[in-house]
Amino acid sequence: MEKFETFTGIAAPMPLVNIDTDMIIPKQFLKTIKRSGLGVHAFDEMRFDREGNEVPDFVLNKPAYRESSILVAGDNFGCGSSREHAPWALADFGIKVVVSTSFADIFFNNCFKNGMLPIVLPQEQVDLLMSDAEKGENARMTVDLEAQEITTSEGEVIKFDVDPFRKHCLLNGLDDIGLTLEKADAIKSYEERVAQERPWV
Amino acid sequence: MSPKTLYDKIWDAHVAQEAEDGTCLLYIDRHLVHEVTSPQAFEGLRMSGRKVHAPDKTIAVPDHNVPTTAGRENPDQMPEDSRIQVAALDTNAREFGVHYYPVTDIRQGIVHIVGPENGWTLPGMTVVCGDSHTATHGAFGSLAHGIGTSEVEHVLATQTLIQKKSKNMKVEITGKLSPGVTAKDVVLTIIGETGTGGGTGYVIEYCGEAIRNLSMEGRMTICNMAIEGGARAGLIAPDETTFEYVKGRPHAPKGAQWEAAVNWWKTLYSDDDAHWDKVVTIRGEDIAPTVTWGTSPEDALPITATVPAPEDFTGGKVEAARRSLDYMGLTPGMKLSDIEIDTVFIGSCTNGRIEDLRAAAEIVKGKKIKDGMRAMVVPGSGLVRAQAEEEGLADIFKDAGFEWRLAGCSMCLAMNPDQLSEGERCASTSNRNFEGRQGFKGRTHLVSPAMAAAAAVTGKLTDVREL
Repeated sequence: MEKFETFTGIAAPMPLVNIDTDMIIPKQFLKTIKRSGLGVHAFDEMRFDREGNEVPDFVLNKPAYRESSILVAGDNFGCGSSREHAPWALADFGIKVVVSTSFADIFFNNCFKNGMLPIVLPQEQVDLLMSDAEKGENARMTVDLEAQEITTSEGEVIKFDVDPFRKHCLLNGLDDIGLTLEKADAIKSYEERVAQERPWV
Repeated sequence: MSPKTLYDKIWDAHVAQEAEDGTCLLYIDRHLVHEVTSPQAFEGLRMSGRKVHAPDKTIAVPDHNVPTTAGRENPDQMPEDSRIQVAALDTNAREFGVHYYPVTDIRQGIVHIVGPENGWTLPGMTVVCGDSHTATHGAFGSLAHGIGTSEVEHVLATQTLIQKKSKNMKVEITGKLSPGVTAKDVVLTIIGETGTGGGTGYVIEYCGEAIRNLSMEGRMTICNMAIEGGARAGLIAPDETTFEYVKGRPHAPKGAQWEAAVNWWKTLYSDDDAHWDKVVTIRGEDIAPTVTWGTSPEDALPITATVPAPEDFTGGKVEAARRSLDYMGLTPGMKLSDIEIDTVFIGSCTNGRIEDLRAAAEIVKGKKIKDGMRAMVVPGSGLVRAQAEEEGLADIFKDAGFEWRLAGCSMCLAMNPDQLSEGERCASTSNRNFEGRQGFKGRTHLVSPAMAAAAAVTGKLTDVREL
């Protein structure tokens, strides 16, 4: 996994609540056996009409937002399916950070596995970032994970929380599986104990 | 010892290691695998030269892509991308030596129906799958939840997950359900009440007299949709109903081990004075047959209600409701029971079990579906299908004009050829009414099997109590 580094980018406003994983990546694109290449299909049914033409008023089709790397979204972003294709599609599009008042649990977890940072903020601060994002491509925000800060285009600094272990993994690009395999002894002794206590498992 | 919830007890029994910050390595007892969310995980193992840690605890079955029509053993029935995905599961299952039910096996079906049916799912277990409806297995008093593909790879490689504990939420349904009201109506009502984000950060335990009186099939329907309420998992304490269902299943414990297992399972309940972070109570008597009108499972109302207006909501939901009504082609104020239906889908991991088919068959018996209606029954597994045929349910459906299909996820998410066309309106026993879920611009109303059957007969959303 690539290390998460401080960056400055365009934020796209998506105020709709309950943006679900079927919207982020519709099922017809789940038939891939690869992780890459899904960015062109991100938000497919909102972004394109049936003939494949761009829907001009969809935010990521607007000239100002085509290069967005941050999404500022309505409540409960990423609800629905467990499909990791959703963060794969967003990451492949170029999204590194999603800001919302809340995220669906599985989507939230999946982001961290793909070098993406989902940030939860109170409503007033999401509103503030939403207004900033609505200014278009001149409104570039900076996200600094080390300092846990977002800086708006006006220079206003917003602090955010992040789980320390997940922050550590993102900043260092660490692979979870490698970390867990270092604990093979703990897993083995757990298995030996349970084989005695609950042999039917 | 401090009092614990059921979730606390199962969690504690599965912590292989705990770090100082509370991050745990949680041991996984059963890992279910399907063709859509696993190819990249197996490929990851291959690239790093890793093996499946516990192939004996890993069960693979193709369900999302498979056609539900005759002759599907021939892979040429599938479009190329589906064929590749199903073939990849076949190769991976055989190469890594996990349990496997291909479409030629009568036990094949939707992964969440296959697990319980074959006794893989047992009380007190941790069960995961790269599928959000893994919550289904919580009906057995097991901690079951969906994971992403990276976590699928993590479980394959280590049989554990890196987890932090969720909070405890209790949803109590008191009293008795009225005639015509089923588990599906209960869970839609709960989500209507709590919202799709109401369970975020929690594991929900469903309890109360009305839950206790449900069959295992009904309990699975409830837990299945815990995820639609945003919860990590939903669970129900195991009891005699649970033990009765599990006993004698192929992979359930036998003999002395059965006795030992039941003894432990009987300790799996929330202590009286356990701490709850959130409690929701609903009177069973207040629940009516329920349908959804919008494009979020929280858009649930009694069939006797009318379509709401955007102004009935606040905050971001106003705009979302406007968008939903436009998408669904509905006008505020119209009666839900006046909504005309083109298609009926009975099936899915929510409502594709034998009891669901019985409930639907009871409504359509001796009747015909409305002229021009497209109606299909897709049993949740080959075993459910065989049982329904033996009980004469298949004939009832076929005589009424339903298509009688082979097992799979089918039109619940329309990854196979079973899809809605643009504007087509469906009464569906599935779990999600999202935009495009059942086909591009397709319109979904979530209902119980009995309500779906009633709609097939009348051609409209119908109060099953009036049939």
